[in-house]
Amino acid sequence: MPFWLLPTLLVLLFVYGAIGWNVAISFTGWSGLGQPDYTNFTLEMYRQMPADPDFVASLRNTIALLIAFTSVSLVVGLALALLVDRKIRFENTFRTIYLLPMALSFVVTAIFWSWMYASDGLINTMLSGLGLGWFAQDWLGDPRFKLAAVIVALIWQFSGYCMIVYLAGLRGIPNEHYEAARIDGASTLKLYWRVIIPQLRSSTVGATVVLMVFALKAFDFIYVMFGTNPGRSADILAVTMYREAFSASQWAYGAAIAVVLFALALTIIGPYAYTQYKRGAL
Amino acid sequence: MATNDDETSTGGTDPRRIALYGVLIALVGVYLSPLYSGLTTSLKTQQAYRETSPLQPPLEGLTIDPWLTAASELAFAMVNSFAMVVPATILSAVFGSLAAYGLTKVDWRGQALLLALFLAAVFIPYQAVLVPLRQFWSIVDISSLHARGELVELTITHIAYGIPICTILFRSYYRTLDDELMEAARLDGASLARIYRKIVLPLSLPMFAVTLIYQFTQVWNDFLFALVLLSDRANYVVTLELNALAGAMATDYGVQMAGAFIAALPTIVVYVLFGEQFAKGQTL
Repeated sequence: MPFWLLPTLLVLLFVYGAIGWNVAISFTGWSGLGQPDYTNFTLEMYRQMPADPDFVASLRNTIALLIAFTSVSLVVGLALALLVDRKIRFENTFRTIYLLPMALSFVVTAIFWSWMYASDGLINTMLSGLGLGWFAQDWLGDPRFKLAAVIVALIWQFSGYCMIVYLAGLRGIPNEHYEAARIDGASTLKLYWRVIIPQLRSSTVGATVVLMVFALKAFDFIYVMFGTNPGRSADILAVTMYREAFSASQWAYGAAIAVVLFALALTIIGPYAYTQYKRGAL
Repeated sequence: MATNDDETSTGGTDPRRIALYGVLIALVGVYLSPLYSGLTTSLKTQQAYRETSPLQPPLEGLTIDPWLTAASELAFAMVNSFAMVVPATILSAVFGSLAAYGLTKVDWRGQALLLALFLAAVFIPYQAVLVPLRQFWSIVDISSLHARGELVELTITHIAYGIPICTILFRSYYRTLDDELMEAARLDGASLARIYRKIVLPLSLPMFAVTLIYQFTQVWNDFLFALVLLSDRANYVVTLELNALAGAMATDYGVQMAGAFIAALPTIVVYVLFGEQFAKGQTL
């Protein structure tokens, strides 16, 4: 037996076998106690979705989270990388601090942030201290701010990751490119815009894939902060799926929502894995 | 990178340089503020908590009681976490290394397709496997054999889902290894297993550090698999127990914050000691 067979089989079984099984379950209409009936396939679960306001709201929130979280994290991460990449002293210390949130569990960060956002927590305290007390809010209770509050916290957690991806990209740019642009008399701003940012394209693509896919499955943070039912203003597909399957025992419906999530992820991963494969980067 | 001539004037008090450090330090404040407000609150008595803002350090009303309460609540779950994380981390790294060796240094058809499947598996939303996973472990019912069976199921689950990323990490490293040494060994009649043991494995040690640290952090921090697979409170891992603690002590922020620090301590220690390897694992 070839020695790589066992790990390969484990991956094929647990990942791809399970995905296929999940698709099968989504066609069964299985709910409650008992076992799924694989002899009677139906598309009923998928038909329900457009008529389910919870599903529609959480699809919308998922897309909003994905776009806002990904784009802002990239911008903040790039800004951090450019700041850190200026031959500063204690570069390691700064980098370590900005990346630290990535080492923490979402359970831990959700608990820290629920206190940050509490009525007498740090954010409202700071706002009052700055004379902006009128802007203090019930961040986690008010449907207008719930999702935004989650997004801000997740940006805090992931921007350090974007920073190190961009730092690696910046350090791969040959010095001559800076020199050439300087001899041409380009201003610093132009230098960044015309020479440096375009060369960070592959860093941006890689980080975007990771962030978008993460945004699709951002479950832990919202679950720990709000429980299984965050309400329509902060519900996302990953949470809806868990609630339908594991709280309401609507197994087939939960599985169908998971298929939608998987399909969304595939539209992001598929082209990425394919281009990596084509470029011989695998 | 030398993007401008600032660094030639670092010795003086270039205002742009000062502004740069000002921004960097302000950002440190932003990034550490959730931990700071957690730390001050975890060290305050109930009275000090009510009377002072989270910005103020616990000068009066200093106490470690929240830490003691949280520690006694979380102790058993920390033990469970370690019991699960150590084998899960080591085995997925070993399996990842084996798979990467097979997929990189041994020529056979279908390699690239399998690699693409492994790469895609790194990114798959685990929601897409949760219901089958529950079904699988109710058929292969280890939990009925032993009171700790659920933890074994969780450990095996983590090993299986950890293999793709470990393989990709090792694979990126094995590509850079020199083929000549292995080719020479093969011509000398060494088996693949022997080449792996004698040549590849010793050269893999730096990558093992990166992979073990990545996987340790991932598995320790996992919440979703534990939530779905563990039902007996005695088997709870620390993320699950911390969430339960936060729910039970919803108004006692001191205990919640102390608990969050305790649950995060192993990953923070690993991060501080092995920051370079951690960053490497994230960017590959």
